[in-house]
Amino acid sequence: MSNDIFVLVEHHGGAVSEATNELFGMARGLAEASGGAVVGCLLGSGESGLAQGLAADAVLSVQAPELAQFVPEAYAATLAALVADRDPRALLIANTTVGMDVAGAVSGRTGRPLVAYCSALKVEGDTLVAISQIYGGKLNAEVQTGSGAIVSVVGGSAPAASGGSPTVEDVAPPDLSGLRTTFVARVEAPSSDVDITSEDILVSVGRGIGGEDNIELAQELADALGATVSGSRPVTDAGWLPKSRQVGKSGRKVKPKLYLACGISGAPEHLEGMSDAELIIAINTDEKAPIFDVAHYGSTADLFDLLPALTEQVRAVSA
Amino acid sequence: MKILVPLKQTVDLVEELELNDDGTDVEREYLTFKLNEWDEQALEEALLIKDAVGAEVTVVALDEPDADQSLYGARAKGADRAVKLTGDFAAGVSSHARAAILARFLESQGFDLVLIGVQTPEDLDGQTGVILAGMLGLPHASVAVAVEPEGDAFKVTQEMGAGVTHQLSIIGPAVVGVQAAREAPRYVPISRIRAAMQEGGLEQQPAAEVEVLSGLTVRRMFAPQSSSHAEMLGGDAEAAAARIIEIIRERGALKV
Repeated sequence: MSNDIFVLVEHHGGAVSEATNELFGMARGLAEASGGAVVGCLLGSGESGLAQGLAADAVLSVQAPELAQFVPEAYAATLAALVADRDPRALLIANTTVGMDVAGAVSGRTGRPLVAYCSALKVEGDTLVAISQIYGGKLNAEVQTGSGAIVSVVGGSAPAASGGSPTVEDVAPPDLSGLRTTFVARVEAPSSDVDITSEDILVSVGRGIGGEDNIELAQELADALGATVSGSRPVTDAGWLPKSRQVGKSGRKVKPKLYLACGISGAPEHLEGMSDAELIIAINTDEKAPIFDVAHYGSTADLFDLLPALTEQVRAVSA
Repeated sequence: MKILVPLKQTVDLVEELELNDDGTDVEREYLTFKLNEWDEQALEEALLIKDAVGAEVTVVALDEPDADQSLYGARAKGADRAVKLTGDFAAGVSSHARAAILARFLESQGFDLVLIGVQTPEDLDGQTGVILAGMLGLPHASVAVAVEPEGDAFKVTQEMGAGVTHQLSIIGPAVVGVQAAREAPRYVPISRIRAAMQEGGLEQQPAAEVEVLSGLTVRRMFAPQSSSHAEMLGGDAEAAAARIIEIIRERGALKV
Protein backbone atom coordinates (compact mmCIF):
# COMPACT_ATOMS: atom_id res chain seq x y z
CA MET A 1 0.00 0.00 0.00
CA SER A 2 1.17 3.51 -0.76
CA ASN A 3 0.78 6.32 1.72
CA ASP A 4 -0.74 8.62 -0.88
CA ILE A 5 -4.05 10.37 -0.48
CA PHE A 6 -6.04 10.24 -3.72
CA VAL A 7 -8.66 12.82 -4.67
CA LEU A 8 -11.23 12.38 -7.44
CA VAL A 9 -11.17 15.57 -9.54
CA GLU A 10 -14.74 16.49 -10.44
CA HIS A 11 -15.10 18.89 -13.33
CA HIS A 12 -17.91 20.20 -15.45
CA GLY A 13 -17.65 22.29 -18.57
CA GLY A 14 -13.88 22.65 -18.31
CA ALA A 15 -13.91 23.88 -14.70
CA VAL A 16 -12.84 22.00 -11.59
CA SER A 17 -15.57 22.03 -8.92
CA GLU A 18 -15.23 23.91 -5.67
CA ALA A 19 -16.02 20.66 -3.84
CA THR A 20 -12.89 19.16 -5.40
CA ASN A 21 -10.74 22.02 -4.15
CA GLU A 22 -12.14 21.41 -0.67
CA LEU A 23 -11.02 17.79 -0.95
CA PHE A 24 -7.50 18.97 -1.76
CA GLY A 25 -7.73 21.25 1.29
CA MET A 26 -8.54 18.20 3.40
CA ALA A 27 -6.00 15.90 1.70
CA ARG A 28 -2.90 17.98 2.47
CA GLY A 29 -2.96 17.43 6.24
CA LEU A 30 -3.73 13.75 5.77
CA ALA A 31 -0.80 13.28 3.39
CA GLU A 32 1.52 14.98 5.85
CA ALA A 33 0.34 12.66 8.62
CA SER A 34 0.65 9.53 6.48
CA GLY A 35 3.95 10.49 4.88
CA GLY A 36 2.55 10.31 1.35
CA ALA A 37 1.66 12.64 -1.48
CA VAL A 38 -1.59 14.30 -2.50
CA VAL A 39 -2.59 12.77 -5.84
CA GLY A 40 -5.44 13.96 -8.05
CA CYS A 41 -7.32 11.48 -10.24
CA LEU A 42 -8.35 13.36 -13.38
CA LEU A 43 -10.73 11.48 -15.67
CA GLY A 44 -11.80 13.07 -18.94
CA SER A 45 -11.17 13.28 -22.64
CA GLY A 46 -8.40 15.62 -23.76
CA GLU A 47 -8.66 17.50 -20.48
CA SER A 48 -5.33 16.77 -18.80
CA GLY A 49 -4.69 20.53 -18.84
CA LEU A 50 -7.08 20.84 -15.89
CA ALA A 51 -4.32 19.34 -13.73
CA GLN A 52 -2.46 22.63 -13.64
CA GLY A 53 -3.54 24.67 -10.67
CA LEU A 54 -4.74 21.74 -8.59
CA ALA A 55 -3.34 21.73 -5.04
CA ALA A 56 -1.78 18.30 -5.58
CA ASP A 57 1.74 16.90 -5.73
CA ALA A 58 0.90 14.67 -8.66
CA VAL A 59 -2.03 14.02 -10.97
CA LEU A 60 -2.93 10.72 -12.58
CA SER A 61 -4.60 11.67 -15.83
CA VAL A 62 -6.81 9.09 -17.52
CA GLN A 63 -8.09 10.42 -20.83
CA ALA A 64 -10.43 8.46 -23.08
CA PRO A 65 -13.38 9.28 -25.36
CA GLU A 66 -15.64 7.25 -23.04
CA LEU A 67 -14.77 9.65 -20.22
CA ALA A 68 -15.70 12.81 -22.11
CA GLN A 69 -18.87 13.13 -20.06
CA PHE A 70 -19.87 11.82 -16.67
CA VAL A 71 -20.92 8.25 -17.42
CA PRO A 72 -21.20 6.60 -13.98
CA GLU A 73 -20.28 3.13 -15.22
CA ALA A 74 -17.16 4.40 -17.04
CA TYR A 75 -16.01 6.47 -14.10
CA ALA A 76 -16.50 3.60 -11.65
CA ALA A 77 -14.61 1.13 -13.84
CA THR A 78 -11.72 3.55 -14.39
CA LEU A 79 -11.41 4.59 -10.79
CA ALA A 80 -11.69 1.00 -9.54
CA ALA A 81 -8.82 0.00 -11.84
CA LEU A 82 -6.76 2.97 -10.68
CA VAL A 83 -7.10 2.28 -6.93
CA ALA A 84 -6.60 -1.46 -7.44
CA ASP A 85 -3.34 -0.71 -9.25
CA ARG A 86 -1.97 2.09 -7.04
CA ASP A 87 -3.44 1.06 -3.69
CA PRO A 88 -3.70 4.51 -2.06
CA ARG A 89 -4.07 5.08 1.65
CA ALA A 90 -7.40 6.79 1.02
CA LEU A 91 -9.50 8.01 -1.89
CA LEU A 92 -11.48 11.18 -1.22
CA ILE A 93 -14.63 11.79 -3.26
CA ALA A 94 -17.04 14.73 -2.86
CA ASN A 95 -20.56 13.86 -1.75
CA THR A 96 -22.12 15.23 -4.94
CA THR A 97 -24.20 13.33 -7.48
CA VAL A 98 -20.97 12.21 -9.13
CA GLY A 99 -19.58 11.18 -5.76
CA MET A 100 -22.70 9.32 -4.69
CA ASP A 101 -22.67 7.43 -7.94
CA VAL A 102 -19.00 6.54 -7.99
CA ALA A 103 -17.96 6.01 -4.34
CA GLY A 104 -20.30 3.10 -3.63
CA ALA A 105 -19.73 1.49 -7.01
CA VAL A 106 -15.94 1.58 -6.60
CA SER A 107 -16.33 0.13 -3.11
CA GLY A 108 -18.58 -2.62 -4.47
CA ARG A 109 -16.17 -3.36 -7.31
CA THR A 110 -12.97 -3.38 -5.24
CA GLY A 111 -14.14 -4.50 -1.80
CA ARG A 112 -12.56 -1.41 -0.25
CA PRO A 113 -14.43 0.02 2.74
CA LEU A 114 -16.44 3.19 2.27
CA VAL A 115 -17.13 5.93 4.78
CA ALA A 116 -20.01 8.16 3.66
CA TYR A 117 -21.08 11.68 4.67
CA CYS A 118 -17.68 12.41 6.20
CA SER A 119 -17.15 15.91 7.64
CA ALA A 120 -13.74 15.39 9.28
CA LEU A 121 -10.96 12.89 8.72
CA LYS A 122 -7.63 12.13 10.35
CA VAL A 123 -4.86 9.58 10.14
CA GLU A 124 -4.05 7.64 13.32
CA GLY A 125 -1.19 5.25 12.62
CA ASP A 126 -2.53 2.69 10.14
CA THR A 127 -6.09 3.74 10.79
CA LEU A 128 -8.35 6.38 9.31
CA VAL A 129 -10.76 8.04 11.72
CA ALA A 130 -13.76 9.86 10.31
CA ILE A 131 -16.70 11.83 11.63
CA SER A 132 -19.82 11.15 9.57
CA GLN A 133 -23.14 12.93 9.56
CA ILE A 134 -25.99 10.45 9.64
CA TYR A 135 -29.68 10.33 10.50
CA GLY A 136 -30.35 13.54 8.62
CA GLY A 137 -27.68 15.40 10.61
CA LYS A 138 -29.21 14.44 13.96
CA LEU A 139 -26.23 12.28 14.93
CA ASN A 140 -22.54 12.14 14.19
CA ALA A 141 -20.68 8.85 14.11
CA GLU A 142 -16.98 8.56 14.81
CA VAL A 143 -15.78 5.59 12.80
CA GLN A 144 -12.46 3.96 12.19
CA THR A 145 -11.43 1.95 9.22
CA GLY A 146 -8.32 0.37 7.84
CA SER A 147 -6.19 1.97 5.19
CA GLY A 148 -7.34 1.90 1.62
CA ALA A 149 -10.79 3.27 2.35
CA ILE A 150 -12.90 5.38 0.05
CA VAL A 151 -14.26 8.44 1.84
CA SER A 152 -17.11 10.56 0.55
CA VAL A 153 -16.90 14.03 2.00
CA VAL A 154 -19.75 16.49 2.52
CA GLY A 155 -19.44 20.04 1.25
CA GLY A 156 -17.87 22.67 3.48
CA SER A 157 -15.75 20.19 5.47
CA ALA A 158 -12.41 21.85 4.65
CA PRO A 159 -11.23 25.15 3.19
CA ALA A 160 -10.71 25.01 -0.56
CA ALA A 161 -7.11 24.79 -1.79
CA SER A 162 -5.77 25.47 -5.28
CA GLY A 163 -2.78 26.98 -7.02
CA GLY A 164 -0.38 24.03 -7.14
CA SER A 165 1.69 22.80 -10.05
CA PRO A 166 1.55 19.01 -9.83
CA THR A 167 3.47 16.60 -12.03
CA VAL A 168 1.15 14.87 -14.49
CA GLU A 169 1.32 11.17 -15.27
CA ASP A 170 -0.76 9.83 -18.14
CA VAL A 171 -2.41 6.53 -17.26
CA ALA A 172 -4.03 4.27 -19.84
CA PRO A 173 -7.74 3.64 -19.24
CA PRO A 174 -9.01 0.12 -18.54
CA ASP A 175 -11.00 -1.66 -21.25
CA LEU A 176 -14.15 0.46 -21.57
CA SER A 177 -15.52 -1.25 -24.66
CA GLY A 178 -18.43 -3.04 -23.02
CA LEU A 179 -20.19 -0.01 -21.53
CA ARG A 180 -23.99 -0.13 -21.57
CA THR A 181 -24.45 3.54 -20.65
CA THR A 182 -24.56 6.35 -23.19
CA PHE A 183 -24.44 10.00 -22.26
CA VAL A 184 -27.30 11.74 -24.09
CA ALA A 185 -27.43 15.35 -22.95
CA ARG A 186 -26.75 17.91 -20.29
CA VAL A 187 -29.87 19.97 -19.70
CA GLU A 188 -30.03 23.33 -17.98
CA ALA A 189 -33.37 24.00 -16.29
CA PRO A 190 -35.44 26.37 -18.40
CA SER A 191 -35.47 29.87 -16.97
CA SER A 192 -38.36 29.66 -14.60
CA ASP A 193 -40.92 32.05 -13.20
CA VAL A 194 -38.53 33.16 -10.46
CA ASP A 195 -34.86 32.88 -9.69
CA ILE A 196 -34.72 32.17 -5.98
CA THR A 197 -30.98 32.91 -5.90
CA SER A 198 -31.66 36.58 -6.59
CA GLU A 199 -34.49 37.13 -4.10
CA ASP A 200 -33.97 39.28 -0.99
CA ILE A 201 -36.48 37.43 1.14
CA LEU A 202 -37.39 33.76 0.99
CA VAL A 203 -40.22 32.19 2.93
CA SER A 204 -39.05 28.61 2.75
CA VAL A 205 -41.22 25.64 3.64
CA GLY A 206 -40.26 22.12 4.65
CA ARG A 207 -42.03 18.88 5.34
CA GLY A 208 -43.62 20.48 8.43
CA ILE A 209 -45.99 22.42 6.18
CA GLY A 210 -47.88 19.13 5.99
CA GLY A 211 -49.40 19.29 2.53
CA GLU A 212 -49.81 21.13 -0.72
CA ASP A 213 -52.91 22.96 0.47
CA ASN A 214 -50.95 24.60 3.28
CA ILE A 215 -48.43 26.20 0.92
CA GLU A 216 -51.01 28.97 0.70
CA LEU A 217 -50.17 30.01 4.29
CA ALA A 218 -46.55 30.62 3.25
CA GLN A 219 -47.61 32.29 0.00
CA GLU A 220 -49.81 34.76 1.88
CA LEU A 221 -46.93 35.69 4.17
CA ALA A 222 -44.59 35.96 1.18
CA ASP A 223 -47.07 38.25 -0.60
CA ALA A 224 -47.30 40.48 2.47
CA LEU A 225 -43.49 40.64 2.74
CA GLY A 226 -42.83 41.08 -0.96
CA ALA A 227 -41.02 37.75 -0.78
CA THR A 228 -40.88 34.48 -2.70
CA VAL A 229 -41.77 31.00 -1.50
CA SER A 230 -39.06 28.37 -1.71
CA GLY A 231 -38.81 24.93 -0.17
CA SER A 232 -36.70 22.01 0.92
CA ARG A 233 -36.25 18.83 -1.08
CA PRO A 234 -39.15 16.81 0.37
CA VAL A 235 -41.53 19.62 -0.60
CA THR A 236 -40.42 19.77 -4.23
CA ASP A 237 -40.11 15.96 -4.48
CA ALA A 238 -43.74 15.73 -3.35
CA GLY A 239 -44.68 18.19 -6.08
CA TRP A 240 -45.99 20.82 -3.64
CA LEU A 241 -43.62 23.38 -5.18
CA PRO A 242 -41.83 23.44 -8.54
CA LYS A 243 -38.25 22.14 -8.65
CA SER A 244 -37.01 25.63 -9.47
CA ARG A 245 -37.91 26.62 -5.90
CA GLN A 246 -35.75 23.98 -4.22
CA VAL A 247 -33.05 25.17 -1.83
CA GLY A 248 -30.15 22.86 -0.97
CA LYS A 249 -27.41 20.68 -2.32
CA SER A 250 -29.44 19.28 -5.19
CA GLY A 251 -31.32 22.56 -5.70
CA ARG A 252 -30.08 26.12 -5.49
CA LYS A 253 -27.64 27.78 -3.12
CA VAL A 254 -29.23 30.96 -1.84
CA LYS A 255 -27.97 33.92 0.14
CA PRO A 256 -30.97 36.19 0.77
CA LYS A 257 -31.18 39.03 3.28
CA LEU A 258 -33.82 37.08 5.15
CA TYR A 259 -34.47 33.33 5.10
CA LEU A 260 -37.56 32.32 7.01
CA ALA A 261 -37.40 28.54 7.45
CA CYS A 262 -40.86 27.15 8.16
CA GLY A 263 -41.12 23.51 9.22
CA ILE A 264 -37.65 22.71 7.89
CA SER A 265 -35.64 20.34 10.12
CA GLY A 266 -32.30 21.28 8.56
CA ALA A 267 -30.77 18.16 7.02
CA PRO A 268 -27.11 18.76 6.05
CA GLU A 269 -28.07 18.86 2.35
CA HIS A 270 -30.46 21.71 3.04
CA LEU A 271 -28.08 23.67 5.28
CA GLU A 272 -25.49 23.53 2.51
CA GLY A 273 -27.83 25.61 0.37
CA MET A 274 -28.82 28.38 2.78
CA SER A 275 -26.52 28.73 5.77
CA ASP A 276 -24.88 31.85 4.27
CA ALA A 277 -28.13 33.84 4.36
CA GLU A 278 -27.70 37.15 6.16
CA LEU A 279 -30.54 36.57 8.59
CA ILE A 280 -32.10 33.18 9.27
CA ILE A 281 -35.25 32.79 11.34
CA ALA A 282 -36.46 29.23 11.86
CA ILE A 283 -39.84 27.98 12.96
CA ASN A 284 -40.03 24.34 13.97
CA THR A 285 -41.86 22.58 16.79
CA ASP A 286 -38.88 20.26 17.35
CA GLU A 287 -36.55 22.27 19.55
CA LYS A 288 -33.70 19.89 18.69
CA ALA A 289 -34.02 20.38 14.93
CA PRO A 290 -30.57 21.06 13.38
CA ILE A 291 -31.95 24.14 11.61
CA PHE A 292 -31.68 25.99 14.95
CA ASP A 293 -27.90 25.51 14.87
CA VAL A 294 -27.58 27.77 11.84
CA ALA A 295 -30.55 30.06 12.49
CA HIS A 296 -30.05 33.39 14.23
CA TYR A 297 -33.49 33.34 15.77
CA GLY A 298 -35.89 30.49 16.33
CA SER A 299 -39.38 29.71 17.50
CA THR A 300 -41.00 26.42 18.43
CA ALA A 301 -44.48 27.87 18.00
CA ASP A 302 -46.87 25.94 15.77
CA LEU A 303 -46.43 26.91 12.13
CA PHE A 304 -50.16 26.96 11.56
CA ASP A 305 -50.58 29.60 14.28
CA LEU A 306 -47.40 31.55 13.64
CA LEU A 307 -47.64 31.97 9.86
CA PRO A 308 -51.13 33.55 9.89
CA ALA A 309 -50.16 35.70 12.90
CA LEU A 310 -47.08 36.93 11.06
CA THR A 311 -49.01 37.63 7.87
CA GLU A 312 -51.57 39.64 9.79
CA GLN A 313 -48.95 41.66 11.64
CA VAL A 314 -46.93 42.35 8.50
CA ARG A 315 -50.10 43.56 6.80
CA ALA A 316 -50.88 45.73 9.81
CA VAL A 317 -47.49 47.49 9.82
CA SER A 318 -47.52 47.79 6.02
CA ALA A 319 -50.98 49.32 5.89
CA MET B 1 -39.96 -6.39 -18.27
CA LYS B 2 -39.06 -7.26 -14.70
CA ILE B 3 -38.39 -4.54 -12.17
CA LEU B 4 -37.11 -5.23 -8.70
CA VAL B 5 -37.57 -2.74 -5.88
CA PRO B 6 -35.74 -3.40 -2.59
CA LEU B 7 -37.50 -1.85 0.40
CA LYS B 8 -35.75 -0.92 3.65
CA GLN B 9 -37.32 -0.20 7.01
CA THR B 10 -35.48 2.75 8.50
CA VAL B 11 -35.53 4.68 11.74
CA ASP B 12 -38.26 7.31 11.84
CA LEU B 13 -36.32 10.57 12.21
CA VAL B 14 -39.30 12.32 13.75
CA GLU B 15 -38.52 10.38 16.90
CA GLU B 16 -35.98 11.18 19.55
CA LEU B 17 -32.93 9.04 18.73
CA GLU B 18 -31.68 7.28 21.86
CA LEU B 19 -28.25 5.65 21.83
CA ASN B 20 -27.53 2.14 23.06
CA ASP B 21 -25.58 1.54 26.27
CA ASP B 22 -22.14 1.69 24.71
CA GLY B 23 -23.08 4.67 22.54
CA THR B 24 -22.18 3.03 19.23
CA ASP B 25 -25.60 2.78 17.62
CA VAL B 26 -29.15 3.96 18.02
CA GLU B 27 -31.22 1.90 20.45
CA ARG B 28 -33.05 -0.15 17.85
CA GLU B 29 -35.26 -2.04 20.27
CA TYR B 30 -37.39 0.97 21.17
CA LEU B 31 -37.43 2.93 17.93
CA THR B 32 -40.21 3.17 15.39
CA PHE B 33 -39.33 2.02 11.90
CA LYS B 34 -40.93 3.07 8.65
CA LEU B 35 -40.34 2.52 4.97
CA ASN B 36 -37.37 4.54 3.73
CA GLU B 37 -38.93 7.54 1.99
CA TRP B 38 -36.67 7.24 -1.07
CA ASP B 39 -37.64 3.58 -1.49
CA GLU B 40 -41.22 4.80 -1.67
CA GLN B 41 -40.17 7.07 -4.55
CA ALA B 42 -38.41 4.15 -6.25
CA LEU B 43 -41.55 2.02 -5.93
CA GLU B 44 -43.64 4.80 -7.45
CA GLU B 45 -41.28 5.10 -10.41
CA ALA B 46 -41.53 1.33 -10.94
CA LEU B 47 -45.32 1.49 -10.85
CA LEU B 48 -45.34 4.41 -13.30
CA ILE B 49 -43.33 2.28 -15.73
CA LYS B 50 -45.75 -0.60 -15.18
CA ASP B 51 -48.72 1.70 -15.83
CA ALA B 52 -47.14 3.02 -19.02
CA VAL B 53 -45.73 -0.07 -20.73
CA GLY B 54 -46.46 -3.02 -18.49
CA ALA B 55 -43.94 -4.65 -16.17
CA GLU B 56 -43.74 -7.19 -13.39
CA VAL B 57 -42.83 -5.31 -10.23
CA THR B 58 -41.34 -7.31 -7.36
CA VAL B 59 -40.69 -5.72 -3.98
CA VAL B 60 -38.20 -7.38 -1.65
CA ALA B 61 -37.42 -6.56 1.97
CA LEU B 62 -35.34 -8.02 4.76
CA ASP B 63 -37.41 -9.10 7.74
CA GLU B 64 -36.94 -5.86 9.65
CA PRO B 65 -39.53 -4.21 11.95
CA ASP B 66 -42.86 -3.64 10.18
CA ALA B 67 -41.51 -4.92 6.84
CA ASP B 68 -44.81 -6.79 6.27
CA GLN B 69 -46.68 -3.50 6.37
CA SER B 70 -44.44 -2.01 3.67
CA LEU B 71 -44.54 -5.13 1.50
CA TYR B 72 -48.33 -5.36 1.66
CA GLY B 73 -48.57 -1.60 1.14
CA ALA B 74 -46.60 -2.08 -2.07
CA ARG B 75 -48.88 -4.95 -3.11
CA ALA B 76 -51.92 -2.75 -2.50
CA LYS B 77 -50.37 -0.08 -4.71
CA GLY B 78 -49.85 -2.51 -7.57
CA ALA B 79 -46.66 -4.51 -7.03
CA ASP B 80 -47.05 -8.01 -8.45
CA ARG B 81 -44.85 -9.92 -6.05
CA ALA B 82 -43.65 -9.28 -2.52
CA VAL B 83 -40.73 -11.22 -1.08
CA LYS B 84 -39.53 -11.24 2.50
CA LEU B 85 -35.98 -12.39 3.16
CA THR B 86 -35.90 -13.86 6.65
CA GLY B 87 -33.04 -13.82 9.12
CA ASP B 88 -31.93 -12.08 12.28
CA PHE B 89 -31.41 -8.41 11.49
CA ALA B 90 -32.06 -6.98 14.97
CA ALA B 91 -28.56 -5.49 15.21
CA GLY B 92 -28.98 -3.55 11.99
CA VAL B 93 -27.54 -4.39 8.59
CA SER B 94 -24.77 -2.38 6.94
CA SER B 95 -25.25 -1.17 3.37
CA HIS B 96 -22.53 -3.57 2.21
CA ALA B 97 -24.14 -6.57 3.89
CA ARG B 98 -27.55 -5.54 2.55
CA ALA B 99 -26.11 -5.19 -0.97
CA ALA B 100 -24.48 -8.63 -0.69
CA ILE B 101 -27.77 -10.22 0.43
CA LEU B 102 -29.64 -8.52 -2.40
CA ALA B 103 -26.95 -9.57 -4.88
CA ARG B 104 -27.46 -13.21 -3.91
CA PHE B 105 -31.24 -12.82 -4.19
CA LEU B 106 -30.91 -11.18 -7.63
CA GLU B 107 -28.83 -14.10 -8.87
CA SER B 108 -31.95 -16.25 -8.50
CA GLN B 109 -34.19 -13.76 -10.33
CA GLY B 110 -34.32 -12.54 -13.87
CA PHE B 111 -34.55 -8.76 -13.91
CA ASP B 112 -34.10 -5.80 -16.22
CA LEU B 113 -34.00 -3.03 -13.68
CA VAL B 114 -33.45 -2.51 -9.97
CA LEU B 115 -35.02 0.69 -8.68
CA ILE B 116 -33.95 1.58 -5.15
CA GLY B 117 -34.10 4.68 -2.98
CA VAL B 118 -31.01 6.79 -3.66
CA GLN B 119 -30.11 6.75 0.04
CA THR B 120 -31.40 6.10 3.55
CA PRO B 121 -30.69 8.10 6.72
CA GLU B 122 -28.45 5.25 7.93
CA ASP B 123 -25.94 4.88 5.11
CA LEU B 124 -22.78 5.18 7.17
CA ASP B 125 -20.97 2.85 4.76
CA GLY B 126 -22.53 4.26 1.62
CA GLN B 127 -25.64 3.75 -0.45
CA THR B 128 -26.83 0.19 -1.03
CA GLY B 129 -27.86 0.61 -4.69
CA VAL B 130 -24.48 1.66 -6.06
CA ILE B 131 -22.61 -0.84 -3.88
CA LEU B 132 -24.90 -3.55 -5.28
CA ALA B 133 -24.20 -2.34 -8.83
CA GLY B 134 -20.47 -2.43 -8.11
CA MET B 135 -20.65 -5.95 -6.68
CA LEU B 136 -22.57 -7.21 -9.72
CA GLY B 137 -20.62 -5.11 -12.24
CA LEU B 138 -23.85 -3.55 -13.51
CA PRO B 139 -24.38 -0.10 -15.01
CA HIS B 140 -25.89 2.36 -12.55
CA ALA B 141 -27.05 5.90 -11.98
CA SER B 142 -27.81 7.74 -8.74
CA VAL B 143 -29.99 10.71 -7.89
CA ALA B 144 -32.44 9.85 -10.67
CA VAL B 145 -35.61 11.91 -11.05
CA ALA B 146 -37.05 10.01 -14.02
CA VAL B 147 -36.57 6.50 -15.42
CA GLU B 148 -38.41 5.80 -18.65
CA PRO B 149 -38.22 2.79 -20.97
CA GLU B 150 -37.07 3.74 -24.45
CA GLY B 151 -36.64 0.93 -26.94
CA ASP B 152 -34.38 -1.67 -25.37
CA ALA B 153 -32.88 0.88 -22.98
CA PHE B 154 -33.89 3.12 -20.10
CA LYS B 155 -33.72 6.88 -20.35
CA VAL B 156 -32.52 8.06 -16.95
CA THR B 157 -32.61 11.68 -15.86
CA GLN B 158 -29.99 12.37 -13.25
CA GLU B 159 -30.09 15.48 -11.08
CA MET B 160 -26.70 17.19 -10.88
CA GLY B 161 -27.70 20.20 -8.74
CA ALA B 162 -28.11 23.90 -9.51
CA GLY B 163 -30.88 23.15 -12.00
CA VAL B 164 -28.72 20.93 -14.22
CA THR B 165 -29.74 17.41 -15.19
CA HIS B 166 -27.95 14.76 -17.22
CA GLN B 167 -29.76 12.38 -19.49
CA LEU B 168 -28.32 8.90 -19.80
CA SER B 169 -29.40 5.95 -21.85
CA ILE B 170 -28.72 2.68 -20.05
CA ILE B 171 -29.24 -0.84 -21.34
CA GLY B 172 -30.35 -3.13 -18.53
CA PRO B 173 -29.97 -4.94 -16.35
CA ALA B 174 -29.05 -1.85 -14.35
CA VAL B 175 -29.41 -0.36 -10.88
CA VAL B 176 -30.88 3.12 -10.53
CA GLY B 177 -30.99 5.09 -7.26
CA VAL B 178 -34.16 7.15 -7.27
CA GLN B 179 -34.23 10.59 -5.68
CA ALA B 180 -37.79 11.37 -6.72
CA ALA B 181 -40.40 9.69 -8.89
CA ARG B 182 -41.92 11.63 -11.76
CA GLU B 183 -45.10 11.88 -9.71
CA ALA B 184 -45.75 12.02 -5.99
CA PRO B 185 -46.09 8.48 -4.54
CA ARG B 186 -49.64 7.22 -4.89
CA TYR B 187 -51.80 6.90 -1.85
CA VAL B 188 -53.60 3.76 -0.82
CA PRO B 189 -56.10 3.74 2.01
CA ILE B 190 -55.30 1.54 4.98
CA SER B 191 -58.37 -0.59 4.14
CA ARG B 192 -56.70 -1.68 0.88
CA ILE B 193 -53.50 -2.56 2.72
CA ARG B 194 -55.53 -4.61 5.21
CA ALA B 195 -57.25 -6.35 2.33
CA ALA B 196 -53.85 -7.17 0.80
CA MET B 197 -52.75 -8.56 4.16
CA GLN B 198 -55.81 -10.78 4.37
CA GLU B 199 -55.21 -11.97 0.87
CA GLY B 200 -51.67 -12.96 1.93
CA GLY B 201 -49.30 -14.19 -0.71
CA LEU B 202 -46.11 -12.86 0.78
CA GLU B 203 -43.27 -15.04 -0.46
CA GLN B 204 -40.70 -15.89 2.16
CA GLN B 205 -37.23 -17.27 1.85
CA PRO B 206 -34.16 -17.16 4.04
CA ALA B 207 -31.74 -14.35 3.29
CA ALA B 208 -28.38 -15.55 1.98
CA GLU B 209 -25.70 -15.92 4.61
CA VAL B 210 -23.11 -13.36 3.67
CA GLU B 211 -19.78 -12.56 5.19
CA VAL B 212 -19.39 -9.09 3.84
CA LEU B 213 -18.33 -6.69 6.52
CA SER B 214 -18.54 -2.96 6.07
CA GLY B 215 -14.94 -2.60 7.22
CA LEU B 216 -16.01 0.19 9.55
CA THR B 217 -15.99 0.21 13.34
CA VAL B 218 -18.13 2.78 15.07
CA ARG B 219 -16.27 4.20 18.05
CA ARG B 220 -19.15 6.31 19.20
CA MET B 221 -22.19 8.22 18.09
CA PHE B 222 -23.05 11.60 19.47
CA ALA B 223 -25.34 14.54 18.85
CA PRO B 224 -23.46 17.24 16.95
CA GLN B 225 -22.36 20.10 19.17
CA SER B 226 -22.97 23.24 17.24
CA SER B 227 -20.78 26.24 17.85
CA SER B 228 -23.84 28.44 17.69
CA HIS B 229 -27.53 28.20 18.35
CA ALA B 230 -30.50 30.33 17.49
CA GLU B 231 -31.75 32.79 20.06
CA MET B 232 -35.12 31.27 20.86
CA LEU B 233 -38.16 33.48 20.87
CA GLY B 234 -40.48 32.52 23.69
CA GLY B 235 -44.16 33.14 24.07
CA ASP B 236 -47.12 32.14 21.96
CA ALA B 237 -47.47 32.57 18.21
CA GLU B 238 -48.67 36.17 18.49
CA ALA B 239 -45.73 37.15 20.69
CA ALA B 240 -43.21 35.33 18.49
CA ALA B 241 -44.69 36.99 15.40
CA ALA B 242 -44.38 40.44 17.00
CA ARG B 243 -40.75 39.76 17.89
CA ILE B 244 -39.96 38.49 14.38
CA ILE B 245 -41.43 41.71 12.89
CA GLU B 246 -39.21 43.74 15.22
CA ILE B 247 -36.10 41.79 14.24
CA ILE B 248 -36.62 42.01 10.50
CA ARG B 249 -37.45 45.71 10.76
CA GLU B 250 -34.22 46.33 12.67
CA ARG B 251 -32.31 44.47 9.97
CA GLY B 252 -34.04 46.49 7.27
CA ALA B 253 -35.52 43.40 5.66
CA LEU B 254 -39.07 44.67 6.05
CA LYS B 255 -39.76 47.26 3.41
CA VAL B 256 -41.87 49.55 5.64
